[in-house]
Amino acid sequence: MSWTLIALLLLPLVGSLVVAFLRGNDRLAKTVALAFSLVELALAVLAWTAFDPGGERLQLTSSADWIPAFGVHLSFGVDGIALVMIALIAFLVPVVIGGSWADKLPEGRSAGGFFALLLAMQTGMVGVFAATDVFVFYVFFEAVLVPMYFLIGRFGGPNRQYAAMKFFLYSLLGGLIMLASVIGLYVVSADKIGQGTFDWATLVTVTREAPLSTQIWLFLGFFIAFAIKAPLVPLHTWLPDAGAEAPVGAGVLLVGILDKIGTFGFLRYCLPLFPAASKELAPLVLILAVVGILYGSLLAVGQSDMKRFVAYTSIAHFGFIALGIFAFSSQAGTGAVLYMVNHGISTGMLFLVVGMVMARGGSRLIEDYGGMAKLTPVLGGLFFVAGLSSLALPGTNSFVSEFLVLIGSYPNEPVYTILAAIGMVLAALYVLWLYQRVFQGPVRGNALVGLAGGPGAAVDPEKAPVADLNKRELAVLAPLVALILVLGFYPKPVLDVITPSVGATLSEVGVADPVAQEGK
Amino acid sequence: MTTFLSQVERLQAPEIDYGAVAPLLIVLGAACLSVLVEAFLPKASRWAAQVVLTFATLVAAGLVLLQYAVAEGTPKQGTITFAGTVAVDQPVIFLWATLLMLGLGSVLLIADRSVEPGGAIVADASILPGAVNGLREQLRRREMQTEVFPLTLFALGGMMVFVAANDLLTMFIALEVMSLPLYLMAGLARRRRLLSQEAAVKYFLLGAFASAFFLYGVALLYGFAGSVKLADIASATTATDRSDTLLYAGFGLLIVGLLFKASVGPFHSWTPDVYQGSPTPVTAFMAACVKVAAFGGILRVLYGAFERSSWEWNGVLWAVAIASMVIGAVLGLTQTDVKRMIAYSSVAHAGFLLIGAISLNDAGLSGTMFYLLAYGFTTIAAFGVVSLVRNADGEATHLSQWAGLAKRSPVAAGVFTFLLLALAGLPLTSGFVGKFAVFAAAIEAGLTPLVVVALVASAVAAFFYLRVIVLMYFSEPAADGPTVSVPGAFTAIAITLGAAITLVLGVYPPDVLEWAGAGVFIF
Repeated sequence: MSWTLIALLLLPLVGSLVVAFLRGNDRLAKTVALAFSLVELALAVLAWTAFDPGGERLQLTSSADWIPAFGVHLSFGVDGIALVMIALIAFLVPVVIGGSWADKLPEGRSAGGFFALLLAMQTGMVGVFAATDVFVFYVFFEAVLVPMYFLIGRFGGPNRQYAAMKFFLYSLLGGLIMLASVIGLYVVSADKIGQGTFDWATLVTVTREAPLSTQIWLFLGFFIAFAIKAPLVPLHTWLPDAGAEAPVGAGVLLVGILDKIGTFGFLRYCLPLFPAASKELAPLVLILAVVGILYGSLLAVGQSDMKRFVAYTSIAHFGFIALGIFAFSSQAGTGAVLYMVNHGISTGMLFLVVGMVMARGGSRLIEDYGGMAKLTPVLGGLFFVAGLSSLALPGTNSFVSEFLVLIGSYPNEPVYTILAAIGMVLAALYVLWLYQRVFQGPVRGNALVGLAGGPGAAVDPEKAPVADLNKRELAVLAPLVALILVLGFYPKPVLDVITPSVGATLSEVGVADPVAQEGK
Repeated sequence: MTTFLSQVERLQAPEIDYGAVAPLLIVLGAACLSVLVEAFLPKASRWAAQVVLTFATLVAAGLVLLQYAVAEGTPKQGTITFAGTVAVDQPVIFLWATLLMLGLGSVLLIADRSVEPGGAIVADASILPGAVNGLREQLRRREMQTEVFPLTLFALGGMMVFVAANDLLTMFIALEVMSLPLYLMAGLARRRRLLSQEAAVKYFLLGAFASAFFLYGVALLYGFAGSVKLADIASATTATDRSDTLLYAGFGLLIVGLLFKASVGPFHSWTPDVYQGSPTPVTAFMAACVKVAAFGGILRVLYGAFERSSWEWNGVLWAVAIASMVIGAVLGLTQTDVKRMIAYSSVAHAGFLLIGAISLNDAGLSGTMFYLLAYGFTTIAAFGVVSLVRNADGEATHLSQWAGLAKRSPVAAGVFTFLLLALAGLPLTSGFVGKFAVFAAAIEAGLTPLVVVALVASAVAAFFYLRVIVLMYFSEPAADGPTVSVPGAFTAIAITLGAAITLVLGVYPPDVLEWAGAGVFIF
């Protein structure tokens, strides 16, 4: 019985309630929220040190009876994959709280409510990754929708109602389809071992024996839910809307963490529970992945709205992750998990710097900006770093993971890998072109010129009213930059945690090379 | 003379297990007492006397039932009494307890006089709706037509017999005892008298048709089996020498009557009008208790009489369940009145419940009963909140009037949001556990396609629940929008109780689930 995970789960919930009570005093509420998230981060570090990469598959476990009538246990535990995701959550939430510190909220909304919802969502997200009972996983999977729905719907951009509704309905539909499969698992286990159960470790041994047709139906139930979350083309259309309308902080968590539930679900549920179906349907997933890479990249090139731009780059990145998972090699699998972490960091940072640009210009449209690096050189530089990390330049974190995915996928799936590699070129195109339009050249665009003294006015960088990053913003971005560089040059600590779990997952699918591979 | 006397001796009164049927006798006896209170007490003191009497009755019946359920000598599998016409087994005890608790919640709403001065029940039903100053007169007078309390008790007593009836004739009488008071209660709204009376007439006319269907079905089944006892019909279905035509026709007519009461689509057409027109507390009573009684009856009939002929009729009930879910979910989307919306939601829920009922396994029985309990409390609390949102014309039920409610009353909006999420079936609410229990039973019984339809219908239905949340939270309040009354003690207790049970059953359901699965019907 380990209390670390339970503390990780409960702490943000308590924090959320406390912050909700302090809504009257914005400053106090923010400070308390930040304090809770930092304690949570410390707890996550503790969990990381307590985890033994070479040990049991699931560690830090705890379990208690919940609903004996259905064989449901309130059980938690982590493998390496879940652990890095929980660590990523614990890292991103304080960053997001810092990043949203001075957000302009819609009229009549209190900052306390915003931060209380963020913390409530943290509990839900940790629960999704920590649950080792499929029923409990489902509960958290659905429960996490509610705070996100209110974050988008109450605090988002002008079209927030539409976006919040679309987000919720897509996810709920996926979740309900998954529910059919979850119940199916229960019935299959009741058939095989007499007593129905939702315990993941038991189910893994049971369902792999099920006939292929059963496996395929159950797999599809899970897969559709996860494909909506992750989002794979053609189930992606909610993400650009939700991402564009969500407040920046919620957007970071949306693409950084919530969407990873989908790819995490592929690894934790689809592959080990339905190995035969996974292999049978892998070509379908690979096609969707490659289509997603190319389609997401091309649409990112064409976006005129910066937040939608980030959302489409994410769709492309999720294609790479799905490719790595369904290529069935340990290198690609490890790369995919590392990609999940790196994407959280680099896209999270990209979202934050876009938010900082918007906070200065008051517009989401790319055409409203130009030559901004002259006014805000530091912001420009950090925007560039985030962009480079997003396009996977060697030396940044994403390069390691993208490289691992491609090199690991090539032996098994050469055609798809070659097609996916085109996405790398497109990534350079969309990132650099965006940077060029917003930051390079003479100062121009409605958002900036208006601020600088009217159309045609000569702009003197010294006297520009657009201020560069302040200390708070620097403090928010600094840890992200540090991680981008550290993981770019020395990803070993993370890979050490991931590799055994990925190996175990793949050996459950029956892949022959579970040999631990070192990155680079 | 001597021959006559000897015949009288042979006409022995049946054995009655008074311990088992005591709750039933208490409720029906108190209903008669309540009529006497109406007749002999002065008008001014009736309300207080009726409220005390009704609460005391429900609590006493509940305690007696509890005592019987846990007592040493109680046969665990149940007992049959009244010459085989009434069965008191574990499911019946569960359903009785559910009915008494939900009845208590509804009576709390009915008795409330603070939200609407004088109560939601009409002051004097005899003032014609069209009369000059009729409405003003209704609003001026601060009393209510206290006949609503004996009517409630009679209806509740009828429901309790209905779920315990062991033969179809007893069931029919119980059906009438529960329905007739409800027709009257539907017409008792203090405001919008015409709408309310229209609802009453509509309910009565359609209900009379449904009763006729039921009775005709009973007659045909008697022709088929030579008996109206559920057990006899069950054994007749296994014999080969009987007319299948009579069985099919009888079953079809009988089930139509039952499905009508349960407001399962496509026999739901009364539901939206009656829900909308009735006084809101009465609507809560109908939505919660009638649903329990009707599905209790459906379960009893299906398990008792037709389990072994299920392959002959389950195709039809598949279609009915699908129709109900689709009608409820799709037509719910187009509603602009919150009471009508909940009515269509109840049609969709009836479809889900029917899936549990036709699973015909132990899990289906316990799952359906748990669902009924959970749904009943959620609905009572939801109607309680609806009764609080008011403007000068009474309840503001049009959805557009709910815009921005969260700003005016965060607590009411928060509670209603939670209840809507429960109706949508989100985890950590009782609605989810209920759905889960029912769907798990259905998949176990091989009804997977139905479950898939149900899940899609749930997703569609979620849209109209969410729309209300969007209105309350994300829209700006209208300038002349409604206010949220501060509830009096009765309504506050009813809402708190309903919401608390919705939460508790969502977070920690095992005890109630175990209770629901404690035993099976006996016949």
